Amino acid sequence: MAAELSRDLETMPKVRRKSRFFTSHFWAETLWAFVRAVLVLGICYIIVYPLLIKLSSSMMTEKDMYDMLVKWIPRKLNYESIVQNYRLLYGFMDYPKALFNSLVLATTVALLQVVSSSLIGYGLARFDFFGKNLLFALVILTLLIPPQMIMVPLFLNFRFFDFFGIMPKSVNLLGTYWPFILTSITGMGLRNGFFIYIMRQVFRGLPKSLEEAALVDGAGQFRTFLTIMVPGAASAMLVVFLFAFVWQYNDYQFTRMYLSNTAPLLPFSLERLTRTFDVEQYSKEYISILNNTGMIMFITPLLLLYGFLQRYFIESIERTGIVG
Amino acid sequence: MRIRFWPRFTLRRKRAVWGYLFVSPFILGFIAFFLGPIVQSIIFAFNELTIKAAGFELTYVGWENFRYALRVDPDFVRVFTETTIQILVDLPAIILFSFFAANLLNQKFRGRWMARVVFFLPVILTAGIVYRFESGDILTDVLGYVPDETEVFSVSRSMIGLLSVLRMPAWFVQYILTAVERVPDIIKASAIPIVVFLSALQGIPSSLYECAAIEGATGWETFWKITFPLVSPLFLTNIIYIIVDSFTRPGNTLVELINDSAWGRGIYGVSVAMTWMYFGVIAVILVLVFLLLARRVVYMEE
Repeated sequence: MAAELSRDLETMPKVRRKSRFFTSHFWAETLWAFVRAVLVLGICYIIVYPLLIKLSSSMMTEKDMYDMLVKWIPRKLNYESIVQNYRLLYGFMDYPKALFNSLVLATTVALLQVVSSSLIGYGLARFDFFGKNLLFALVILTLLIPPQMIMVPLFLNFRFFDFFGIMPKSVNLLGTYWPFILTSITGMGLRNGFFIYIMRQVFRGLPKSLEEAALVDGAGQFRTFLTIMVPGAASAMLVVFLFAFVWQYNDYQFTRMYLSNTAPLLPFSLERLTRTFDVEQYSKEYISILNNTGMIMFITPLLLLYGFLQRYFIESIERTGIVG
Repeated sequence: MRIRFWPRFTLRRKRAVWGYLFVSPFILGFIAFFLGPIVQSIIFAFNELTIKAAGFELTYVGWENFRYALRVDPDFVRVFTETTIQILVDLPAIILFSFFAANLLNQKFRGRWMARVVFFLPVILTAGIVYRFESGDILTDVLGYVPDETEVFSVSRSMIGLLSVLRMPAWFVQYILTAVERVPDIIKASAIPIVVFLSALQGIPSSLYECAAIEGATGWETFWKITFPLVSPLFLTNIIYIIVDSFTRPGNTLVELINDSAWGRGIYGVSVAMTWMYFGVIAVILVLVFLLLARRVVYMEE
């Protein structure tokens, strides 16, 4: 059978196809592919450039900075020369402790925000009740108000926290993680409205039939939510986690307001470096090298997290998860 | 006869109760950490606030805080106009760039995944602290993150030449030039708008494109008759996002000034008054954008 077929193919008259090189379509495609490659590479370069600069300068010595021939790669490059700056800052920044605290805070806040925004998003997406549209408008409103507007009142509320006048004596919640926990669990954290919006869109996009089947089979509303809806929205929840984590990790202003800038957290220890350098009287060039090293040490955990989660991030965009 | 404690709910009522339960964290949080503070901030704007060990004290001063911000504070008016103009300049640039980039990333080519990973990288690199170090860093100057002055000038000059040959109005030339200088910032700010546009592009049913191809539409026509109208609702979403993002974007000098007034100089009332004026202008911009765009947006029927 196979032999027959191949013989048939051989004896078939050869059709002379017009070479594809002569069609204008081919040339237009090739030209556009070239232009596109240049554009994409150029934009990628602009984005990655600051990172590359920091990385390369974090491996330099002070001498390299004066060396006119050194632009990207330092003169000496071995394990010792690569590690030297990092080792110095490891002590200056109290790195393990600061990193640990920052990670714990960001993870707590992100987890709580994922929980609160999925609950709220589900409520807004799947139930009909009086004032639902108003509530959704209020979610958007919390985004539109500049956070500076409620900054001072929030500060005072947590400084003299009396649980809305219920507690007889006010307590000072500043300096604890409570302000973060309370605002995150109630969907009022940094850009929480954005996450509620995302989760609402995702839940709206999930098929209704699954949920109804579970309800008919006798699962309660909450159980349906946990066992049917949450797995369906898992990748979107990972994306929300990534966003919430990143924004808390990077946040300077509210964290300083709630905890004061002497707290052992990464942004503050990065900031304190400036004072250390002043005391040590380093040269301008050396300070620049060390600053870049510090920033690499600050960014690396985020890059790792992004590396792990980028698959879900990009997949959820492809499945039109983020906006419905 | 048994007396029931709970009234008998219809299924609808029951589901409504569940809805309220799911949303209740937000209602609590909204009242406690949003509505309350907003009301307080209105009060603070018209009072002088002093913080003491046992609580805070308010002294009514009328419009004094606003007068102070506008007439006494040496920087506010300048920074305020600059920031507002900055948003107006950035908004179209970010929107256009992100729409373009999303279309680019929506095409099929080798390394598309990698390109997407890099394009969305700025989402995680938004730390204000990093920005502050960068702006004061000599290395970025030495290594030439911004090309040499001579280079910028020659590029700018040839562009001015080109644009004036084309008889473009002066404001347009100026706009292009500032936009070119701010390319890295605009690319960084575009990350999430690109995400939004891209997911909208992916959501357009392919049957529409097939239909258009069979009817013999060119790529150009397909773009303007199908892609653009179906993505148009997200222009509004993105405009809102970009404005919201600008509140927390590092390098927003007005926000820095507001923070400094509160935490540096301790004039809380003035800082709140400044924020209200800022929000007022932003609200006006948003309303104008809505009035301008809301009618032209196409919503796909479901």
